[in-house]
Amino acid sequence: MKRREFIHNTAAATAFVGIGGLSAISFRPETKKHITILHTNDVHSHIEPFGPDEGRNANLGGVARRATLVEKIRKENPHTLLLDAGDIFQGTPYFNFYGGELEFKLMSMLKYDAATIGNHDFDNGIDGLYAQLPHAKFPFISSNYDFSNTIMDGHVKDYQTFVRDGVKIGIFGLGIELNGLVNDSLYKETRYLDPIEIATDRSRILKEEENCDLVICLSHLGYEYSSSNKVSDIKLARATENIDLIIGGHTHTFLEKPTIEKNKAGKKVLVNQVGCFGIYLGRIDFYLDSENNIEADGVKIAIN
Amino acid sequence: MKLSKLLLLASTVFILSCKTEKTEVARIDTQRIAVDNSFQEDSQISEFISPYKEHLNATLDSALAYNPSLLSKNEGELNTAIGNLMADAVLIQANPVFRKRTGKNIDMVLLNHGGIRAVIPAGKVTSRTAYQIMPFENEIVIAELTGKKIKEMLKYLEKAKTAHPVSGIKILADKNYKTIKATINEEEIEDDMTYFVATSDYLVNGGDNMNFFKDPVNLYGADYKIRNAMIDYFKKTDTIKAKIDDRYIKE
Repeated sequence: MKRREFIHNTAAATAFVGIGGLSAISFRPETKKHITILHTNDVHSHIEPFGPDEGRNANLGGVARRATLVEKIRKENPHTLLLDAGDIFQGTPYFNFYGGELEFKLMSMLKYDAATIGNHDFDNGIDGLYAQLPHAKFPFISSNYDFSNTIMDGHVKDYQTFVRDGVKIGIFGLGIELNGLVNDSLYKETRYLDPIEIATDRSRILKEEENCDLVICLSHLGYEYSSSNKVSDIKLARATENIDLIIGGHTHTFLEKPTIEKNKAGKKVLVNQVGCFGIYLGRIDFYLDSENNIEADGVKIAIN
Repeated sequence: MKLSKLLLLASTVFILSCKTEKTEVARIDTQRIAVDNSFQEDSQISEFISPYKEHLNATLDSALAYNPSLLSKNEGELNTAIGNLMADAVLIQANPVFRKRTGKNIDMVLLNHGGIRAVIPAGKVTSRTAYQIMPFENEIVIAELTGKKIKEMLKYLEKAKTAHPVSGIKILADKNYKTIKATINEEEIEDDMTYFVATSDYLVNGGDNMNFFKDPVNLYGADYKIRNAMIDYFKKTDTIKAKIDDRYIKE
């Protein structure tokens, strides 16, 4: 008990120092709440770090190191969510040997809060994905895959809300069109629904009916497609109006910092993606006021 | 009674949806953190991974065959030893599966040169070798193509000027890569005949613009990954004897 109290106090002190430090940049005494969002995407079964001879990825990544990093951040700020934007499976023999069991077990040990489903997560078939679900102690969130005629029916959340430090965070998920990308014998009767329509609806529900302070979309649509009309995170950001943050995947896009887009209502939306293979961890810290007294233009965004 | 219950319910919903405190995002900090060796491994996680890793490595690194000399896709102009090995392995491994299912035989194999992702070093050949050459999950499929489509394939190869791995077909080209003579099972290709071509699902689905695979007479899955076909081939091979030969050459 005492140890717990001590950790709690230490965490509080760290958080205080953190805010104090930041106020030098932007003095906001009314800032009360601090939510940290950590995210990965397209980890593709990269359990171990890359070896020393693996080019630009040399000596990077590895789940055991990511665990240390995540824990360090959680100690700084216990009000943290850890999320993944899909394509957990496929890419190293770990997947071929163990079918994704180890990936899900490790993500559970790292206390992931939620993940969405990528196209490669169907690589052992929808049955292969279903078979590994008992190893995942975190929810899968996907709003535009209709699984009602499949074995996954009832095992995937349409959206979910989380409360951290009294801040309500709503998360929904979007998957890419599977037709042409994945063999239909693998995804079976999974129906793909229009991502923009679904996003418009779910983000409205989360903002207006669920009264979420933050709405996050976990997307496996891909960052941007220059030569096609294919829906992407950038298109999604512009075409909707209730999303605060899109955490993307699929295109293995290494963004040094999130892209800031304007949504349909002229408000800022962050779009982020951290490449692939667990080489990077994305971190986004939201500081919230207790009163609605920010500038009309909206939010200050610092890129470190 | 009913009305008051309804009112109570309505007010509860109202209280739940009405916020006591309005929170707005005031400031956002963002950071991309490289997962590098400045972070120590979490020992609990490493220990958990360890038995999985040991089993995996033991299986991946056990010797399946012996390879006397380095095989690289960059050695050979229109056919390479490593490409011939892959195409032959696909034919040898997939044909019994195909024959059992359909009663037919595979006539030829076509893969893509770009799909050979690594060399085979001299020394022991392991499952890991197969994973390195073929990291993708591509499946063997068999497309039944008309002779006309095979001739489109030859036109494609004339333009590609690349050592796309083949087996079962023999092609002689002139100095400008134009086909002089092509035979399957030592016979000339006839427009109205059909041929069973084993390839990868990637190529049949439009990969590398191999458009002659579009609209085949029939398409059969083998439920056999190219990588697994190679592993199975290595298992029954003692010493690899792959070489550049005359299956696809220029005058």
